[in-house]
Formats: sequence, structure tokens, C-alpha cells
Amino acid sequence: MDKRLLMKDAFCFKLLDRRDFVLGAGAGALLASLVGGTRKANAVTGSEEFEAALAEILQGATPNSGGVGMDIPAAVENGDYVPIALGVESPMTAESYVRAIHLLSPANPRARVATFTFTPLSGRARVTTVMRLAKTQEVVAVAELSDGTLLMSTRSVDVKVGGCGT
Amino acid sequence: MKKPPRIKIPEGIKAGDVIEIKTLATHIMETGNRKDAAGNKIPRDIIHTFRATFEGREVFSVALGSGIAANPYFAFFLRVPGPGMLELTWIDDEGETTVEKVPLVVA
Repeated sequence: MDKRLLMKDAFCFKLLDRRDFVLGAGAGALLASLVGGTRKANAVTGSEEFEAALAEILQGATPNSGGVGMDIPAAVENGDYVPIALGVESPMTAESYVRAIHLLSPANPRARVATFTFTPLSGRARVTTVMRLAKTQEVVAVAELSDGTLLMSTRSVDVKVGGCGT
Repeated sequence: MKKPPRIKIPEGIKAGDVIEIKTLATHIMETGNRKDAAGNKIPRDIIHTFRATFEGREVFSVALGSGIAANPYFAFFLRVPGPGMLELTWIDDEGETTVEKVPLVVA
């Protein structure tokens, strides 16, 4: 026990010796994020497929950060069965309604989980479903409003056991 | 679908109400990413489309990927214009189409 602790200490010291480098890199990243400005309150990185799917939905536009309500547990035991509700506040009239909400996963084998399409006849832009999550990740929802506005929200979910073969 | 989908609609609907419709289909939602014991890929078999119409007008639809859990559940809303027929359709990869028609009685 003692020996293991000592070894751990030795390992930590080794890391600490490199603290200047680590701190320097951290400061650099922070600076880059500050200088980068808009990149990004809502930058989520993920699989190539995820990046491509998100780009296809956004079509080069920058979404407003937030605005899509996401009710999803912060932690789940079983990634095969993750309840989620998505919603956007909207009058849902012919003049102003939510066209669609896209649900995306940055870390599942398939990035596009679902696209939900609404009409003024929906009355409310809200849907409840059950999704799969292969591992811990930040789930992404993008809403398209009838005036072309894009909204994007994210929620991180800690997954204990991933949805097999999702 | 082996078993018919379950559909739940509130009672005592009045014209103009926004009601929640709950649906549960029975389907394996095989992702296409898994392998069988022999190491062969199990082909994808999912419901890829769900659609709800009222008197032929589009209400709500879903393009599903393999990230939707087995036995797809959807709860969504309808602003009831009056009495009429709610039609729900599920289509899977094997081309099997399940249609349920639910008449809405409006007080």
C-alpha cells in the first residue's frame, strides 16, 4: 500500500515537473478562446459525421446559443434507454412557428438521432422520446424557426454503460 | 409490427384544445452496428419514419436514426381544429408500413 502510494507520488512529481509547460499550454488555449471570440459558446466537437451533419443543418449560419429546452438526465446508468424531451417556446401560428428540431449525438456511431418536424397544427413545439447514448457526451439540439432563425442548445449526459451498438 | 402500436389520447377534447398524443411502437430498432456471434454484421432494421396527420394535414413527423431506442416512443401535440381523423404512420427499413386511424370526438 505504502509502496503504491509512493509510486503514485513519484508519478505526480514527474507531472509537476512539467507544470510550466502545462500551465503555458492552458494559458495559450484560454487566450485563443478569448481571441477567437465567437468560437464559440456553442462549439461542440465530435465525430466527423457529427461535424458534417451539424454543418449541413446550419448551412454556414451561426445559431443563437440556447433556446431549445432539453429535459434529459445529467447521468444515466443505461445508455440504451435515455428519455429526452425537447421544446421551443413559440406561438405556433402560420406567421411564427418552429419548423424542426434536430437531435444530434457527437459520440454515437450515427450522429443524426432524429429530426422532428412541426407545423402550426402541432400547437406546441415539444416532443418526448427515448434515445440511445453510446458513451458520455454532450447531446445537441438545433431548432429551425419559420423565419429562418436557428437555435442551438447542448446538455452533457454522463453514461455509465453505453447503449450497445448504437 | 408484431403488436399494434399503443396510442393514448386525452378524453373530453374540445375544439381549440392543444392535446398531447402519446405513441409507442413495437420494434427492435436494430442499429446495423452490431455483429452476431459469428462476427457477421447484423443489418440495420429500424423504423425510419413516423408521421401524424389530421384530416390529411401534416401535424408532426420524425425522421428517425438508429439512435432512437428500441420500441420508439413519441409524445407530441395537436391543436384540435374540430372533429376529424388522426392518422399515424410508421415505416421501417423492410418497407413495412403500419397505419393507425384514430377518430377524434370533439365536444
